Amino acid sequence: MPSRLAKIVQNRSRRRINRAPSPLLARGVPWLSVMLASLLPAWLFLASAPYVPPFGFLTLLAWRQLRPGLLPVWAGLPLGFFDDLYSGQPMGSAILLWSAAMIVIDLIELRFPWRSFALEWLLATAMIVAHALGALGLANAAGGSAPVSVLAPQIILAVLFYPFVGRIVAALDRFRLIPFVDASR
Amino acid sequence: MAPPPNRRSGYSRRAQYGTFFGYIAGIVGALVGGGFLIVSIVDPGSFSGLRSVAADAAAPGGRVAAESRNASHGFFEIVRGYALAGARNAKLERELAEAKTRLVEAQATAEENVRLKALLGLMQEDQKPVAFAQLVAATGSSTRRFATIGVGADRGVTVGMPVHSPLGLIGRVLEVGQSSARVLLITDTESVVPARRADDGVAAFAQGRGDGSLQLRLINLGINPLKVGDVFVTSGSGGLYRPGIAIATVTSLTRDGAVARVLSDPAATEFVAVDRVWTQQVEAPTPPATAPDADAGR
Repeated sequence: MPSRLAKIVQNRSRRRINRAPSPLLARGVPWLSVMLASLLPAWLFLASAPYVPPFGFLTLLAWRQLRPGLLPVWAGLPLGFFDDLYSGQPMGSAILLWSAAMIVIDLIELRFPWRSFALEWLLATAMIVAHALGALGLANAAGGSAPVSVLAPQIILAVLFYPFVGRIVAALDRFRLIPFVDASR
Repeated sequence: MAPPPNRRSGYSRRAQYGTFFGYIAGIVGALVGGGFLIVSIVDPGSFSGLRSVAADAAAPGGRVAAESRNASHGFFEIVRGYALAGARNAKLERELAEAKTRLVEAQATAEENVRLKALLGLMQEDQKPVAFAQLVAATGSSTRRFATIGVGADRGVTVGMPVHSPLGLIGRVLEVGQSSARVLLITDTESVVPARRADDGVAAFAQGRGDGSLQLRLINLGINPLKVGDVFVTSGSGGLYRPGIAIATVTSLTRDGAVARVLSDPAATEFVAVDRVWTQQVEAPTPPATAPDADAGR
């Protein structure tokens, strides 16, 4: 049994030689994962109060922090548009907030080029709070009248969930770079 | 971690322009978002067609998710039932909760009948629901509370129809697609439902607070007659919701009313019924019960 396992591992490493990652997966997985993250939570649990973290935004942040430059600065436009279709926010809210977030993160990273886990989490926390407040303000401008206190559970959950989302995004990053396409062709 | 080395575009004109236009596109994206926002604030229904198409496209996936969600919900309930006092307990509790709601609705109906008999020549027959549907999705992180149901114009659903579950009122249809519809939940801050206390008919408005509870505002100000545990049902005034659908129970009192917990939590709801828009069939002169009050006030 162990020898068989070793063989499989050996074969796997042998199969990686002269293989390259699929460009379609390498480019497409970040976009698809953000879109799925804005769509899936609404299906998986029907929330009675707005306590569900904005998983689409968290995934976008995580990709941005793991691989700067992989998602372009303008990624907030298409991804935010998709999120707006399903999130219940007035159309344009996520487009505006996500685009602004991408630009702001870029500016902050120019100031603090050296990063650590704590610093990234802190930046993400600031982003999550600003995003939640902005989304509330825009929703209230378009007809709602919810108080700020409604947001507290959502912000706490989102901040605590962020490292976990980062782990998932890191796993997706390894997945998207699996070399399996024959590079000799 | 150090920043990646390709941050500076160096002497390459192409790379410099690429970065520059990337930023320009980012700013343009934010401006486009702002433009969309202004349009949707001025005219909230302007993107409803787009949203309905998107909801229709996502509805099959949502239905599959709803099936598995219901299955897992049932699974957890059974496990919890064994942990407490066996699977039977959980089932009986659910039936009891439903029966309690029915009882309250029956009381409300009886009270309604007494009042209707007091008025002259008022007839009203019970209407069958237009369609039964699954709750496919609900907004999670937005402070606006919407849900999507799995039926649309193909089953005769139109804008304004009330949606309720066996436990009570859920909301009303806001936008209709071909095979899905968007429902404004009663917990949304924009939703106002005319309500009355089930046992004696104290009238109030139930407005959503955005956090899963309702604010009950009494219409007649004065000494607050409400008590914790009072059940409110729809009053039917103003049309739209037929009278006697359970809404909420009072959990805490405020100066001009109470905060109430919604009886039909969408998280625990599997199937909902879509009703016809209820129209008040009052063509008779002003009801004698309220006319003297109005005169005395002047």
